[in-house]
Amino acid sequence: MADTIFSSVLTFGGLLVGLAVVLIVAERLLINYGICRIDINSQEKVLEVEGGQTLLSALYENKVFIPSACGGRGSCGHCKITVLDGGGPVLPTEAPYLTRKEIRAGVRLACQVKVRENIDARVPEDLLNVKLFNATVQSTRSVTHDIKEIRFSLVEPAEISHRPGQYVQIQAPSPEGPVFRAYSISSPTYEDNVVELNVRLVPGGIGSTHLHELNEGDEVIFTGPYGEFRLDENPETEIICVGGGCGMAPMKNIIYSIYNQWPDRTCWLFFGCRGTRDVFYLKEYEELAKKHPNFHVIYALSDPVEKGEVWNGETGFIHLAVDKHLEANVARQAFLCGPPPMIEAVTRVLEEKGLAPEDIFYDKF
Amino acid sequence: MNGTSPLLIVVAAIFTSNILLASFLGMCSFLACSRQIGTALGLGTAVIFVMTCTTAINYGIYHGVLVEGAPLLSTDLTFLTFIVFIAVIAAFVQFVEMFVERFSPGLYHALGIFLPLITVNCAILGASLFMVIRSYSFFQSVGFGFGGGAGWALAITLMAGLRKKMGYSNVPKPFRGVAIIMIITGVMAMAFMGFAGMVSIQ
Repeated sequence: MADTIFSSVLTFGGLLVGLAVVLIVAERLLINYGICRIDINSQEKVLEVEGGQTLLSALYENKVFIPSACGGRGSCGHCKITVLDGGGPVLPTEAPYLTRKEIRAGVRLACQVKVRENIDARVPEDLLNVKLFNATVQSTRSVTHDIKEIRFSLVEPAEISHRPGQYVQIQAPSPEGPVFRAYSISSPTYEDNVVELNVRLVPGGIGSTHLHELNEGDEVIFTGPYGEFRLDENPETEIICVGGGCGMAPMKNIIYSIYNQWPDRTCWLFFGCRGTRDVFYLKEYEELAKKHPNFHVIYALSDPVEKGEVWNGETGFIHLAVDKHLEANVARQAFLCGPPPMIEAVTRVLEEKGLAPEDIFYDKF
Repeated sequence: MNGTSPLLIVVAAIFTSNILLASFLGMCSFLACSRQIGTALGLGTAVIFVMTCTTAINYGIYHGVLVEGAPLLSTDLTFLTFIVFIAVIAAFVQFVEMFVERFSPGLYHALGIFLPLITVNCAILGASLFMVIRSYSFFQSVGFGFGGGAGWALAITLMAGLRKKMGYSNVPKPFRGVAIIMIITGVMAMAFMGFAGMVSIQ
């Protein structure tokens, strides 16, 4: 008996050690690409990195933060960059995330491209300004039954410069290593030493659970700012903000930033909720609307108002409220944030009102 | 040990006792990767290669170390068969991936991403276990490994072709997706039973 145990441990242990040694030796000898050069935007930034890793992690090491939500497993499709030379052919793992036009233009998923030779890449200018922030939790408070407002005070770097409506990617721990989750910044741009988020708790969600469990003083790491929202600098252009569910953060940022700079600018906020228990920030906006008569706040409830509740706002879906309140053919820019069906419905209404598609920005989630 | 010729075993493993259609092994990647003929062929080639080599290596380890009275270690260690086979397959696939990546980037781009899928393909382990159960000789084992791989590749390629053709047909709604694939696999299995009388291996 003891003999059997001894020899089986010896055999299996020996076999595993043997296999591991073969693999390690093979890795040393075979997967050694030496130092490769990554040329970003024609000599704008040239990095020298160890070959063999993915382009995403090579860039990350050198403080070029490409947005990525899945942690490099090729399941989110966020880390798109253009690789002009040295990336090899498009892999079947990335093909589902790329359109034919993108493939022709050389767009790749950075997490799937391995650095094997010198690479010539194009990274949008915005992404080169993205930084990694260390911050601590300044305060958290529940604004509805499932949405928390969380404020971070920045530690290193101590300031952030962003455009209204942009987002950050918060690092959250998961069993398979850290992952990043995107959240829009709700604090206005002039508060440059804090980042505030509105986080809805998604049962079982990695990012939202982590954020909801944070206490004052806890440390967090995030990268940012990201996002394509571009506010029109002409004060004559009306701003339309339409949010649904918990899609409030970018709107709050846009509205407060606007009224800090242009007190008389016209702005409409439409916000759709299910019931009265989902309504938040309404008091703050009503205060703001008293100070700035050109600011219009419209909240709409999609569920019937329950008995004993008081509701003075609109009812029904939010795109109906947009249709009812806006006149056609005014110079406008619109920012939408909410679930895809809402975005589609609102986009249709806004286009009927004469907005060009390029003046409608949206965040679907 | 029986005296069947290895060549006969190759033919039998492809047609009469096709590892996928007769034993229903390796179904997961069969269902997942049979959407395009190119993908199916790539995965099929990788399976042929890995199955042939792992049956050979596992044969050596089983008869050299594990079995009672083996030349290297006389104790009976056959209860370790499963875990040893799995470890060998996993390590071998890793090694092949590195090797192909280094020396044939073209092949790597065609095959490379399928190789990790093969580690968890039960047909590969199945082939090694059949080899033990049916007490094949070395050449019979390699023949069975190659034939089994080729049979699997044939089945997945046929399925990819059928799925491509099926894109033009109007499948009833409840059957769309995996359901119709399972039905077709069943029909294919029955069709392959037509070969059953041709040669028989046990």
